[in-house]
Amino acid sequence: MMSSIAVSTTINDDEVEFLCQPDETLLDVLRNRLGLMGAKEGCGTGDCGACSTIMDGRVVCSCLVLGAEAQGRTIETIEGMAQGSELHPLQRKFIEHAALQCGICTPGFLMAAKALLARNPDPNEEEIRFWLAGNLCRCTGYDKIVRAVQDAAREMRGEQS
Amino acid sequence: MSFDAAYRSKTFNSVGTRPLRPDGVDKVTGRARYGADFNMPGQLVARVLRSPHAHARIKSIDTKQAEAVKGVKAIITAADLPDLTDGNASLFAILDNCMARTKALYDGHAVAAVAAIDEKTAKQALKLIRVEYEVLPHVVDVDAAMQADAPVLNDTVFTSGVEPTPKTPSNVANRSEFGHGDVDAGFEQADFVVDRSYKTEQTHQGYIEPHACVANCNSDGTAEMWVCTQGHFVYRQTCADLLGLEVSKLRVTSSEIGGGFGGKTHVWAEPVALALSRKAGRPVKLIMSREEVFRASGPTSATSIDVRIGARKDGTITAATATLRYSNGPYPDMWAELGAMTSFACYDLENVKTVGFEVLVNRPKVAAYRAPSAPMAAFAVESAIDELAHKIGMDALDLRIKNAAKEGTKSSYGPVYGPIGIGPTLQAAKAHPHMSAPLGKNQGRGMACGFWFNFGGQTCTDLNVSADGTVTLAVGTVDVGGSRASLSLIAAEELGIRYEDVKAVIADTSTLGYNDMTDGSRGTFSTSMATISAARNAIEVMRKRAALTWDIPLEDVYWEDGHAHASGTKHGNRAPLSVKDLAAEAGNTGGPIAGHSELVADGAGVSFATHICDIEVDPETGSSRVVRYTVIQDAGKAVHPSYVEGQYQGGAAQGIGWALNEEYIYGEDGRLQNPGFLDYRIPVCSDLPMIDTQILEIPNPNHPYGVRGVGETSIVPPLAAIANAVSNAVGVRMAHIPISPPRILAALEADAG
Repeated sequence: MMSSIAVSTTINDDEVEFLCQPDETLLDVLRNRLGLMGAKEGCGTGDCGACSTIMDGRVVCSCLVLGAEAQGRTIETIEGMAQGSELHPLQRKFIEHAALQCGICTPGFLMAAKALLARNPDPNEEEIRFWLAGNLCRCTGYDKIVRAVQDAAREMRGEQS
Repeated sequence: MSFDAAYRSKTFNSVGTRPLRPDGVDKVTGRARYGADFNMPGQLVARVLRSPHAHARIKSIDTKQAEAVKGVKAIITAADLPDLTDGNASLFAILDNCMARTKALYDGHAVAAVAAIDEKTAKQALKLIRVEYEVLPHVVDVDAAMQADAPVLNDTVFTSGVEPTPKTPSNVANRSEFGHGDVDAGFEQADFVVDRSYKTEQTHQGYIEPHACVANCNSDGTAEMWVCTQGHFVYRQTCADLLGLEVSKLRVTSSEIGGGFGGKTHVWAEPVALALSRKAGRPVKLIMSREEVFRASGPTSATSIDVRIGARKDGTITAATATLRYSNGPYPDMWAELGAMTSFACYDLENVKTVGFEVLVNRPKVAAYRAPSAPMAAFAVESAIDELAHKIGMDALDLRIKNAAKEGTKSSYGPVYGPIGIGPTLQAAKAHPHMSAPLGKNQGRGMACGFWFNFGGQTCTDLNVSADGTVTLAVGTVDVGGSRASLSLIAAEELGIRYEDVKAVIADTSTLGYNDMTDGSRGTFSTSMATISAARNAIEVMRKRAALTWDIPLEDVYWEDGHAHASGTKHGNRAPLSVKDLAAEAGNTGGPIAGHSELVADGAGVSFATHICDIEVDPETGSSRVVRYTVIQDAGKAVHPSYVEGQYQGGAAQGIGWALNEEYIYGEDGRLQNPGFLDYRIPVCSDLPMIDTQILEIPNPNHPYGVRGVGETSIVPPLAAIANAVSNAVGVRMAHIPISPPRILAALEADAG
């Protein structure tokens, strides 16, 4: 057993410290050490996006990030998306538009969509589709996901839907 | 009281609306717990050792070195899963597939498993297990496996379904045949005949959540399991049979399920995890990696299909035949039979014959995949129908309308149809603006029809009225795509209360009676039937309580709009009693109010769909892009239309992936070359357009609200719709799925040459 690394980081606005192995992924740290199970492992190779989190404002596959790399960073996970019991507009719109069936990909999509709207508050359909191309959904055919993101973006811009 | 399931036309209050799903908040906040999201105190981590060979005799397995690794708590091989199947061949196949006994039959076949204190230790132990293999010749191609000189996978398999039974073993496990009339005479009457062979490659359901479970066997003979599954009652039965447990002592809880599509109707990891837990005396968590999911679970059949269809000049089909060869993996099953049954189910044919061959190959054991076996058969038949229309010089849609099955048609697989939706979906397609929209350069339009049987099965529900008048509905069919919302709507409708006052939950195997799994598009169909039955039983109880409260005869109490009403001149002036009123007094009128239902949901109405698709093909690169897609399908009655649309769109998207990209690629060595989402490419968001849907409602006469299953049919037409669209775009018939860029380029070059 290699000796563990001590990591100090910020997750969902909370200061967090943990020990992890040098070869341990951020995904395993979140799920197995910190109890943040909203990020899912669908592939472990960065192909499915189910483990998407936001690190310093960028969407990352947390299965491709080492836990030790979280040192000094700011990380957002699905558990921090709602403000208490008030859902983020994207979360609300995903439910309203039936943009999830099984829901395993949903946390990853919400993280990726949040990062998109932070960068581009008024994306067109093509921009949404290409931004979300790193997140696999096998249930919906993406139609209702794209509509939910469009509707949430409208609301966040203060427009009537 | 016997339950009357007959359809009666009515005006709905809840059914047909689109409320928020009850599990929505959990799923958008990361709180919903899936297979891998559960832990038990002291649990171990399991990993499975898998064969690197496509076909090999297992001469010996030495686990001594691995057992010596600190932190390893149990190692099992087939010896730890003794054969208790008592001559049940399909159960034995499941056992042998979970852990190879004498031979490894495909790349990825499990041969041993380890439980250790953590994943790293388990992986280290796997490397120290010594397996001595005698590598045998292998065969992975369905046509090659049928050749006389092919390596035989199982020398106890002699083709069944032929007279006399062959004297030599072969990879052809069974021959099945369906149809009626005289096809030879029918072809003699034909002015035009299309005769073509088709191939489809093996695909995977591609659920995003890998198989995962936590198993715990106690020393007192009890056991429990948390697992992602489409059917926890079925998993319980299978695991109990394989491990020699008493069924009622194994408690199985279904997690939220991260996609299944048929692939989570079969056990792989679960008996292994239970056996490891039994041996280690501790809980064991087993999660398959994505690579394991591809190599060892799932896939559908690869197929080779010949179709012949003859028609008169006016478009009347005079005869149709199909020969269907489906790979089964290493164990005999009935996948070709399902293909043979569904092939011509959309049409009203005088002379039809289909023959199916189940073929054993060195690939993973085939599992159900959404309307299993129907998409490939539809691809072949609907491609041939299109070609026939071109030959006759008739519009392909009109040719289909002319020959469509209708009420009273004797189907190609036997039964006579009741009211069905194939004609209406075709008429709706004809009227749809998509059919007349102009096409751009390098674009082609295709259409196709599809059929699926749908299934009903054993179903059990409990409906409990709480003291405040709200209702808990406990069901035993796993919710794979929003059925808790649909079933809450159904309960609200029948009781006459608000949707928000119903809470639907999935009960575990110890708290509800047996339920078949969520397959065959039965989840909402069968459980809504049982829910209506349970609600009617609860209403009966509430009528009695009202009669008691009012001290009037039961027959003077009727139920309407969520209230007990007193009828007649003597009592008619009494204020109605609501569910809430009756629930509040339940303690004084006979105790808790509940309705239960146990039934076999017969009469799942057959399902039909028509899809229209526009494709643009780049002749330089062979790449293609779906530019417009429309799904038209009969739902019987759409309980929650948003989730019906979701089923239509999701099935179409899976079919598009199957048609254009997805395929298992094996090397010469019989090893799977692309066991990951990078190289096995399922459709991503930027690959697809919006998918338009049109829901038709032709009531199922065998369901009180007219509901039909909707989950599967949507994957049946896309393969053919896309093949027809590409063929029309490039002017060359595409007869091999997936229609990937290299295949399109090869077809264009062959045509030019």
